[in-house]
Amino acid sequence: MKFVQNIFDQTRPLVEKDGKRNILYPLHNALETMAFVPDHTAHSGAHVRDAIDLKRTMVTVIFAMVPALLFGMWNIGRLHYGAIGMESTLIENFLFGALKLLPLITVTYAAGLGVEIFFSWKRNHPVNEGFLVSGLLIPLIMPVDIPLWMVAASTIFAVLIGKEVFGGTGMNLLNPALTARAFAFFAYPTWMSGDQVWINTSGGDIVDGYSGATAMGDLATTVGQGLGNPATETVMAQFGPEGTYSLMNAFLGLIPGSIGETSALLILLGGLFLVFKGVGSWRIMLSFFVGGLVMAGIFNAFAVNEFMGLNPIHQLMLGGFMFGMVFMATDPVSAAQTETGKYIYGFLAGFFGIMIRVFNPAYPEGIMLAILFMNVMAPLIDHYVVEANIKRREKRLANA
Amino acid sequence: MSQSFKIRKGYDLKLVGAAAQTDMGAVSASTYAVSPLDFPGITPKLAVKAGAQVKAGDTLFFDKDRPEVKICSPVSGEVAEVKRGAKRKILAVVVLADSEVAYADHGTLDVAKADRSAVAEHLANTGVGALITSRPYGVVASMTEEPRDIFVNAVQSGPLAGDLAYQLAGKEAEVAAALKALTALTTGKVYVSQADDVAALDCLSGEDAVNVTFSGKHPKGLVGTQIAQIAPINKGETVWTVNAIDLPVIGRAVLTGQYAPEYKVAVTGSKAINTGYATMLQGVNLTAFSSANINLDNTRVIAGDVLTGSQMDAEGFMPFGKSQITAIPEGNQTEFFGWVLPGFGKFSTNRAFWSWLFPNRAYDLDTNMHGEERAFVVTGEYDKFIPMDIFPQQLLRAILIGDIEKMEKLGIYEIVPEDFALAEVACTSKLPLQQIVRDGLNDLRKEMM
Repeated sequence: MKFVQNIFDQTRPLVEKDGKRNILYPLHNALETMAFVPDHTAHSGAHVRDAIDLKRTMVTVIFAMVPALLFGMWNIGRLHYGAIGMESTLIENFLFGALKLLPLITVTYAAGLGVEIFFSWKRNHPVNEGFLVSGLLIPLIMPVDIPLWMVAASTIFAVLIGKEVFGGTGMNLLNPALTARAFAFFAYPTWMSGDQVWINTSGGDIVDGYSGATAMGDLATTVGQGLGNPATETVMAQFGPEGTYSLMNAFLGLIPGSIGETSALLILLGGLFLVFKGVGSWRIMLSFFVGGLVMAGIFNAFAVNEFMGLNPIHQLMLGGFMFGMVFMATDPVSAAQTETGKYIYGFLAGFFGIMIRVFNPAYPEGIMLAILFMNVMAPLIDHYVVEANIKRREKRLANA
Repeated sequence: MSQSFKIRKGYDLKLVGAAAQTDMGAVSASTYAVSPLDFPGITPKLAVKAGAQVKAGDTLFFDKDRPEVKICSPVSGEVAEVKRGAKRKILAVVVLADSEVAYADHGTLDVAKADRSAVAEHLANTGVGALITSRPYGVVASMTEEPRDIFVNAVQSGPLAGDLAYQLAGKEAEVAAALKALTALTTGKVYVSQADDVAALDCLSGEDAVNVTFSGKHPKGLVGTQIAQIAPINKGETVWTVNAIDLPVIGRAVLTGQYAPEYKVAVTGSKAINTGYATMLQGVNLTAFSSANINLDNTRVIAGDVLTGSQMDAEGFMPFGKSQITAIPEGNQTEFFGWVLPGFGKFSTNRAFWSWLFPNRAYDLDTNMHGEERAFVVTGEYDKFIPMDIFPQQLLRAILIGDIEKMEKLGIYEIVPEDFALAEVACTSKLPLQQIVRDGLNDLRKEMM
């Protein structure tokens, strides 16, 4: 390890305050502290410290995403070869997926970290680890065929407007990854919805009966058709036990969608890992699920179209609900910060997510908008929770 | 009358190097020193000059704003030196000790016959008043205040804490006398908190005091935790807190009029060659003791425990108000990819490292920070270690932006820095929580005075 340390030591004069490449100091510092946990010792307060730091917290989230990411990679290949009618092996599916996904990840990290490093240099503080997670989340919530420059533009917008203008990691109001997706969704709607972008069909003839739509897109066509309308039969057949979007397929993730969002099973696995490690908030995840279930249950009970009538559990397994629950709503900075607030925040995010999705078929991804909306509401929720504590204290004072 | 509480939030930090129950003998030295920096909330004004002769119990310096707060010499002898730092700040008053301690005669006190002001005056004059802490702010108490209640803390639950029964053995009469004197100082109650996992001490169970039992996790041994359970502090109220280990010193001043701050100090930590209990006066020079009993190679010597103690010079003087010495290794080494390794042997309060598999392991911790300072990111982390009805992160933010009104509303009167020590250990963002709280309390006190 000595030679690694030597490289850092030798290059340090270049990037230090008076060095020629001072702008690279944050990058140098980030890489060095990544390679070596610094030798800093406690100088005020407690003399011993927990081994955990933000790097550990963030890498734990990344580990939790790996199953969904690998599945997404494989699913890209599987859907691709399926759409053009070619037989493919597991390895081929993975390779094709990797070929599509890795450029997305690389571009996201390059664009986002570029902005972060620039701001770190300007503000003279170290690069924060927050983007390590955001940079992996963004590709996972994009359609596979989105052009790379759009991903770069969305990422830069998210880091700049979503985070840095508020003061950087820890100060942001909105979840940066969702900000990127929202930007892409509204700026480039044709690349973010419809039936062209979810499955890559290049290099072959499309097979008969192929549809590039997602479950959300198909369900949206049933709105306004009334319950039990024969016109919706073919669509709804796909949600039956034998259909493409069957409950089992949706749970396992064998359906088209944003890259990482499809497999409820593997996302849940990641969620359990996060909760067990103490990094993800079980309060948010649980209340989010319950919130979604309650809304879906109400819709189911008072259904006027097939979308509303969908089995509530099935409803939750589709689209970005599970991914939003485990990886998006739980972002500690943009979520409610009080433990009581987390229940309210999670519940309403899940509740509104399903509501937006079903009421406004133009926004097939209601979850994203619901979480962003609740991000904005979170400080208000916290305010009332904290206010209750203040009231308790005032009451005690009055009685004293 | 007795009450009992169980503390569910918190953490028992297990370290290697607990004090063996052996007597390490008495420690004495030719020089003793008292530092104003050990007394939060006072602006020192010297009462003696270099070269003056003092007796044990003579005032060395007092608080400029509250002259009744007197800090006395632990020994008799000649004032050898007044150490000063930048801007002539007084760092320490050094006394060259006589071979035999001569005590200043402050007279004895018959608590049963004396009124409140006589008791208060006696404690102030003998110097033992400085052993009493006043809350809010966590500063040395002025004997002219009248506290709502007095809380005596006999729970020692911090990392490697000494055995109080052993430390107080043989001093039962003084303890009882001190408790009686404290009872005379308040019209409210005197609460005595004891731990449920050690045998209750009879001498502490005076009939005038309310006995309270605490069980569960640390910080059950912090008096702030105890006050929050028993009777939280409201705005405008003052309470006093006393550590049970200081009672013999107070008691002796009551019974004999002598100031003799002598303690059985627990010597602990993985870098201690010999652990045990050493009898010493506060302010004693530790050079000889340290070199014989502590491995000083790359070592941090702490007066107090690892959570709330202060770093001290192994060749310096034993600070005021401490009855424990902890010696642990300095952590001034880097670690290759330490943040990504499984971490089977790493101390962590949560399950992010695989060491959660071994919850009962005692660690040999060093002083490494294990990461760089960051902004607040993780939420709900501090709540797990602060068993009070407050919102720690919101309160810290209020302090950081200097919003006095918000601090008050969020309960700053109920806390002192040590209450945030465990949260500081666990903090993912490596923020200096105790320092933030101390700064907040100082700002608030300035505003109120």
